[in-house]
Amino acid sequence: MTDLTRLTIAEARAKLHAKDFTAAELTDAYLAAIDAANPSLNAYVAVTHDKARAMAKASDAKLAKGDTGALEGIPLGIKDLFATEGVHTQAASHVLDGFKPRYESTVTANLWADGAVMLGKLNMDEFAMGSSNETSYYGPVVNPWRAAGSNKQLVPGGSSGGSAAAVSGFLCAGATATDTGGSIRQPAAFTGTVGIKPTYGRCSRWGTIAFASSLDQAGPIARDVRDAAILLKSMASVDAKDTTSVDRPVPDYEAAIGRPVKGMKVGIPKEYRMDGMPQEIEALWQKGIAWLKEAGAEIVDISLPHTKYALPAYYIVAPAEASSNLARYDGVRYGLRVPGKDIVELYENTRAAGFGREVKRRIMIGTYVLSAGYYDAYYLQAQKVRTLIKKDFEDAFHAGVDVILTPATPSAAFGIADQDMNADPVKMYLNDIFTVTVNMAGLPGIAVPAGLDANGLPLGLQLIGRPFDEEALFQTAHVIEQAAGRFQPQGWW
Amino acid sequence: MSVDVQTVKRVARLARIAVSEDDAQRMTGELNAILGFVEQLNEVDVSGVEPMTSVTPMAMKKREDVVTDGDKAADIIANAPATEEDFFLVPKVVE
Repeated sequence: MTDLTRLTIAEARAKLHAKDFTAAELTDAYLAAIDAANPSLNAYVAVTHDKARAMAKASDAKLAKGDTGALEGIPLGIKDLFATEGVHTQAASHVLDGFKPRYESTVTANLWADGAVMLGKLNMDEFAMGSSNETSYYGPVVNPWRAAGSNKQLVPGGSSGGSAAAVSGFLCAGATATDTGGSIRQPAAFTGTVGIKPTYGRCSRWGTIAFASSLDQAGPIARDVRDAAILLKSMASVDAKDTTSVDRPVPDYEAAIGRPVKGMKVGIPKEYRMDGMPQEIEALWQKGIAWLKEAGAEIVDISLPHTKYALPAYYIVAPAEASSNLARYDGVRYGLRVPGKDIVELYENTRAAGFGREVKRRIMIGTYVLSAGYYDAYYLQAQKVRTLIKKDFEDAFHAGVDVILTPATPSAAFGIADQDMNADPVKMYLNDIFTVTVNMAGLPGIAVPAGLDANGLPLGLQLIGRPFDEEALFQTAHVIEQAAGRFQPQGWW
Repeated sequence: MSVDVQTVKRVARLARIAVSEDDAQRMTGELNAILGFVEQLNEVDVSGVEPMTSVTPMAMKKREDVVTDGDKAADIIANAPATEEDFFLVPKVVE
């Protein structure tokens, strides 16, 4: 039998229905792959063998009866940020030691209702704060990709580094992820996978551990564009438990794939041509432009003048919201507790021991910018700049642009424990320079693999759409995928 | 704007994070690097611009004012490090 873990979700779905193999066999193939690879890749922080086998068995019963959900028997990995009832849920943080929620997040509940099988919980940057998966309490994830002729360990990106590595390394058929400033799209670009951050409000945030509530959105990481569309259809919903969940029906995203892009207007923002941007990234961008043009799209130059201010505004807004959201980790209600002589010392000791360096840094920045006397200068100014960033996009869409094409990241994957990045937090933050604007404006964005760099490492392009027009992203990303081909790492692990 | 070690210690106290002298020294440098980076926002002319309050224009969803959940004391305390009956236990706060 061929290796079942190499099948896409669409392929596995067809073969499960054709009874070529059972859901139990598919799940066992993934569990075996995880057990063999996880010591090298560290993509999973918890593997739920028994639960996976029980869910697969239930799927087989449904498949036998012909009473199936859209993801019946498909084995998925779940980012550790999603609450999963009775299962490890710690946002890869020490402060949530031992936390097993008594409830299920809406996004994962939607997946299980559609018949998906849970393989386990995926590693991530602590509380989704990071761009390399190195801030995890559980240690870094190793990218399945290596440069040609090198065995140097590379990061998978972050914060959804476990999700991206597991999908790229065939340790799940697809994965859930979340994106606050680029945490789905940057790791997807670093691993040759497809990742979409939908419009703010498309996926319920209920039961997803909060980082920055006005920016956080869940979305899938998948092997190809079609699989991403299949997963998003199941993850998205209208949810009364999240007041920012939007009241509009979820379209059939898969149906958008293959629709012609002839006549669509693709905007190319000049501000994304950054100083010092590697020639390879520029060349990749030009290839993407050429592919869409060949497919009949109209290419137009546009301007998004406030682009350069998105990242600094993000580093005020996101830490401010985080400092408030993370106030709940106090050593009283769940997780780690480090005693003190009184309750304040208990709080201070618990939080000092429980949070890692990056998380503390962001809580400190957030507390400072919200503190008396600084609120107007920092937070209010950043929220005004955010209005301007959003208006830039609105102007472009108003002028008839359907989607915007940009690079996904300023470089390919870098090494674990990179000296420059470790020495300067701002340097690490610059990874999100092309993705963070999208969160600030609440728009949908997709990263799709478009080629390899000179060292044989994957590079991605990003498409940005109108609010709730994820269909246009699947449609155009599919054209790029068709032209660029698919990219898979050599299995060394 | 930049911060000194005293400010960092004050902010750490506000954030309820214990910091050693070494931590405070290191954080001062890191925080100043980030504050230096965000300084460029002051170049932007924001006169007459409203601060963003919601990325998508939407009315807050409301529901009927009825009890839909509750009676879950056991679930609520299930993950607490120290409990007694249906209460969270903390060090004595009132003398």
